[in-house]
Amino acid sequence: MPEYLRPYLPIFVFFLLVFGFGAVNLLLSWMLGPKKPNPKKLSPYECGITPIGDARHRYPIRFYIIAMLFILFDIEAIFLYPWAVYYKQLGLYGLVEMLIFLGILLLGYVYLWKRGAFEWE
Amino acid sequence: MTYFSSVEGSLFLITALVAVVSAVMVITQRNPVYSALFLVLTFCALAVLYLLLGAQFIAMVQVIVYAGAIMVLFLFVIMLLNLDRPLETQSKLKHQRLVAGVLAAVLLVEMIYLLHRGLPTTGTQPSPPRNFGTVEEVARVLFRDFVLAFEVTSIVLLIGMIGVIVLAKRHLDEKKAAAPERILSPLRKE
Repeated sequence: MPEYLRPYLPIFVFFLLVFGFGAVNLLLSWMLGPKKPNPKKLSPYECGITPIGDARHRYPIRFYIIAMLFILFDIEAIFLYPWAVYYKQLGLYGLVEMLIFLGILLLGYVYLWKRGAFEWE
Repeated sequence: MTYFSSVEGSLFLITALVAVVSAVMVITQRNPVYSALFLVLTFCALAVLYLLLGAQFIAMVQVIVYAGAIMVLFLFVIMLLNLDRPLETQSKLKHQRLVAGVLAAVLLVEMIYLLHRGLPTTGTQPSPPRNFGTVEEVARVLFRDFVLAFEVTSIVLLIGMIGVIVLAKRHLDEKKAAAPERILSPLRKE
């Protein structure tokens, strides 16, 4: 195994365990579990509110706004990560450039706040 | 042959196979939500391929941004569209499949030709240092050599924020003005 892949070996083992655990459990319950289906058991929520209509409903556009803003600020946070790792070597220069970056995004944040993008109404 | 029998090579083969198969599943599924979930698998396989290239930071971003945030957006957009309508099986564009098939075949022939002829890898360019994809290296290049590009990114993100509001919020305001009752209870049965 090449040296640069060695640190990922534990992650690989972890994935194998996770998928193995899931697969073995599904397989065992499929093999061992008795199957006596009736309409009540096969309904999506056996003990709950009776479903109204279809799950394939048109969702409000508000979810789109939230998802889009999540991406934008997610990318902002992604940029902070390498910056924080390399901050000591960058010094004041790094601080100023990140402040400009965050300042521009803060403008957008203030705009979003003023327009009520964070309100669920 | 030696490459594909090594650990690295077999990992590449497996991930490449997963990536291609899941990409094919994305475009062949009838249910768009299944397509989106197969796209997550494609993105994860791509992340592993990035790792094999030594681009650790890109691999991490691939999982966090693409498989995470962008897939959330995709799913919301799919749910935003009307799914209770039966999907159109016939494509609106005529001969779309034929054109796509021909173009894919041309690309395949090109790739086979190039691989057969051999890529110019030896001697001409020094291979990048092994640490070129680490977080420190990306940070050094990004925050020293490409500062302008980095700062412009914030403008791009800002445009994204304004775009969301202009497109979605105005629409919401209009709808609210038209029918305030419906907006307040989106899950009420019409």
